[in-house]
Amino acid sequence: MSDFPLFPEQASTVAGQVDFLYFLLVGLSLFFSLLVFSLVVFFTIRYRRRSADDRPKPIHGSIPLELAWTIIPLFMAIGVFTLGADVFFRIKRAPADPLDVYVVGKQWMWKIQHAAGKREINELHIPLGKPVRLTMTSEDVIHDFFIPAFRVKQDVIPGRYTTLWFEATKVGEFQIFCAEYCGTQHSGMVGKVVVMDPIAYHDWLTGGGGGGESLVEAGARQFQQLGCETCHKTGDTGRGPSLIEVFGKPVKLTSGEEVLVDDAYVRESILQPKAQIVAGFEPIMPIYEGQISEETILQLITYVKSLTVTEE
Amino acid sequence: MSATATPVTDGNGKNYLNESYGLKSWLLTVDHKRIAILYLISITVFFLVGGMFAGLIRLELMTPEGDLVEAETYNKLFTMHGIAMIFFFLIPSIPAVLGNFLLPLMLGAKDVAFPRINLLSWYVYITGGLLAVVSIVMGGVDTGWTFYTPYSSTYANSYVLLAAAAAFVNGFSSILTGVNFIVTIHKMRAPGLTWFRLPLFVWAHYATSLIQILGTPVVAITLLLVMLERLFRIGIFDPTLGGDPVLFQHLFWFYSHPAVYIMILPGFGVISEVVACFSRKRIFGYSFVAFSSLAIAVLGFLVWGHHMFVAGQSVYTGMVFSFLTFLVAVPSAIKIFNWTATLFRGSISLEAPMLFVIGFMGLFVIGGLTGLFLATLGLDVHVHDTYFVVAHFHYVMVGGMVMAYLSGLHFWWPKMTGRLYSEGAAKAAVFLIFVGFNFTFFPQFVLGYLGMPRRYHAYPEEWQALNILSTAGASVLGLGFTLTLLYFIWSLFFGKKASGNPFTAKGLEWTVPSPPIAHNFAEIPIVTEEAYAYGDEEEHSTTADSTANTKQED
Repeated sequence: MSDFPLFPEQASTVAGQVDFLYFLLVGLSLFFSLLVFSLVVFFTIRYRRRSADDRPKPIHGSIPLELAWTIIPLFMAIGVFTLGADVFFRIKRAPADPLDVYVVGKQWMWKIQHAAGKREINELHIPLGKPVRLTMTSEDVIHDFFIPAFRVKQDVIPGRYTTLWFEATKVGEFQIFCAEYCGTQHSGMVGKVVVMDPIAYHDWLTGGGGGGESLVEAGARQFQQLGCETCHKTGDTGRGPSLIEVFGKPVKLTSGEEVLVDDAYVRESILQPKAQIVAGFEPIMPIYEGQISEETILQLITYVKSLTVTEE
Repeated sequence: MSATATPVTDGNGKNYLNESYGLKSWLLTVDHKRIAILYLISITVFFLVGGMFAGLIRLELMTPEGDLVEAETYNKLFTMHGIAMIFFFLIPSIPAVLGNFLLPLMLGAKDVAFPRINLLSWYVYITGGLLAVVSIVMGGVDTGWTFYTPYSSTYANSYVLLAAAAAFVNGFSSILTGVNFIVTIHKMRAPGLTWFRLPLFVWAHYATSLIQILGTPVVAITLLLVMLERLFRIGIFDPTLGGDPVLFQHLFWFYSHPAVYIMILPGFGVISEVVACFSRKRIFGYSFVAFSSLAIAVLGFLVWGHHMFVAGQSVYTGMVFSFLTFLVAVPSAIKIFNWTATLFRGSISLEAPMLFVIGFMGLFVIGGLTGLFLATLGLDVHVHDTYFVVAHFHYVMVGGMVMAYLSGLHFWWPKMTGRLYSEGAAKAAVFLIFVGFNFTFFPQFVLGYLGMPRRYHAYPEEWQALNILSTAGASVLGLGFTLTLLYFIWSLFFGKKASGNPFTAKGLEWTVPSPPIAHNFAEIPIVTEEAYAYGDEEEHSTTADSTANTKQED
């Protein structure tokens, strides 16, 4: 028993705000519990039964008192709710232009892909002082990516993407835990975030070992190997729609509906292409469900995203 | 309450316990009091089973490594602890034991509205319980009591079907009890017993029964869907089959949140009865306390999404559920303030039932306030699925609900058994339970904020000290519960006989002998008093019958 920590360290921009909420509630709780405890103890002593024939007057109630102790807690509740909701928004909404990292959780490990190509297992290297956004999915059951020092957590769900963002304020190593029970080795599904100063991070990212191919390059390779480019040609000359500059914009479907081309839409179009067909095209794309891994899908999405830069 | 001070007796000294003997007379009884005793024994068995699992969990967590049991075994331990405690102990507890025994007596009735359905509810409970025992004996289930999909519906390799079936069957016991109580309260009140003369215990059970009837079918269907998906691979929850795993969470929590109010509302009912008797005063703000129970029942159905703030719900959905959760806290606060105000200018004595109430007030306040931490969106992100949550719900469930149950057991034990327990031993038990409980669960708030996740078999070594503290507390807590079990059993054989009203309490149940005759009342009483008419009587009251100087039964 070397250390005896009683409070987690703060290592992100949001940690201080979360701790503020915590201490506010601790203060309110202390106040109300001490109020109730001391009244109970005081009354119990002051009004202890002195004889068997004690006959206290029955006091039926007091409307003013009832209103007071209903309305005051109600207002305090609304106040705390508002503060909590505000911090929640900040936790959930990533700032513009974050560094994107992709996470695939599976029983019982975290597989991490950096856009520039580095892959990690159970470790996440990030630069200090820059917002990082994780886009995550699971290969099997629900997991949860939890970094206590950053005060952030998000369920990682099979079949869809969830995101989590943070900005580290301290260099160092911080624990990652899986925080949604996922089977036998749930408590072994742990890791660490390694926060480095930006120059060291850049060196690490571009240094040798761990694969040199960036996500976009990997996506381009898969795009060719899986046969996507046979139909998805530039201009709408192929049997499938062109993918240049489509990501992040709305597209019209055969049903007349308009949807946004985001991560989820691209993923569904690969796995269940008949679900939402672009207007003017036939439902002839082969189904890739069960044939490619979550990592490959993420690589393909990153590649499609990159086609907004008008090249190739 | 009726004006007679002398309890009515069956001249032959017969009461519901000795008027017939033999296994058949118990297993085929339709007497609500005997059914209550059947439930008392059964839920105690499950409490011991669940408690044993808890002991093993705490023993394992004394060391950071997973070295006492294998990971899979550990996962089964916490799952079975939850299932046994929630479905087979907490949810039935007060309604099935105290509610069954007391409601007809408090209402001046000879039994509940549907006595045979009452017996059926116990057999349904036993069937569910047997299925649970079989699932344990065959190897256990490891999904957590929450059965999240797709782990439970596709990936788990344990006895999910059996365990889900156990909970499914058990739910019907709850529904039957709820139906029985609603009808009994509506239709079988004695003449003069208007709604606002009812003991608050009755109001509490009315609200509880509403939740039982409306909520339980949802979890039944949900568990059925999980069983069907596991058997036939339908694709309701598994995304590889086109399903949505988060749908399960909505369906599950739609019941399981109101379920916690099924657990605590009857406890609130007990607290009102005991506070009134041991302060010799009418409950302050009677109608506010009564209506707050109904408010909790209604609002309790609107907050289930607060279990899912990071589950993939939208931010706006989270805001709605957080707001409603803050609202549902208010009626509970109102009760606490009203009970405290009842003590003001009362005549307070601190026998065991009242000591359990004081313990409840302390622990439930902490439990309830820490619920607000979890309702606060920005904060919940950090503490969700950590030991903070575990500490919170044990404070309300054990520190609140179990304390209330024990208070009620101690208060009505003389009525139910005709015996007095040792007051000294009871006081010692309260102390052990209160101290042991706090040492077990308070460190878990700290552990949770540090980041220790729930359901972890092994953990970082810097958290060992707090875990050891928690385990030490658990052994003291276990000692306290064991002591209670022992002196209650002892009292059955060697306890002094109790009079009809050992605590000189108000309430129709105290106007009959201890134990009551089989049909409760020789004549249906006529009620002319308000509830808790302490201090209203002109007649000389008999000296309070304390455990120190007992009188023989009249």
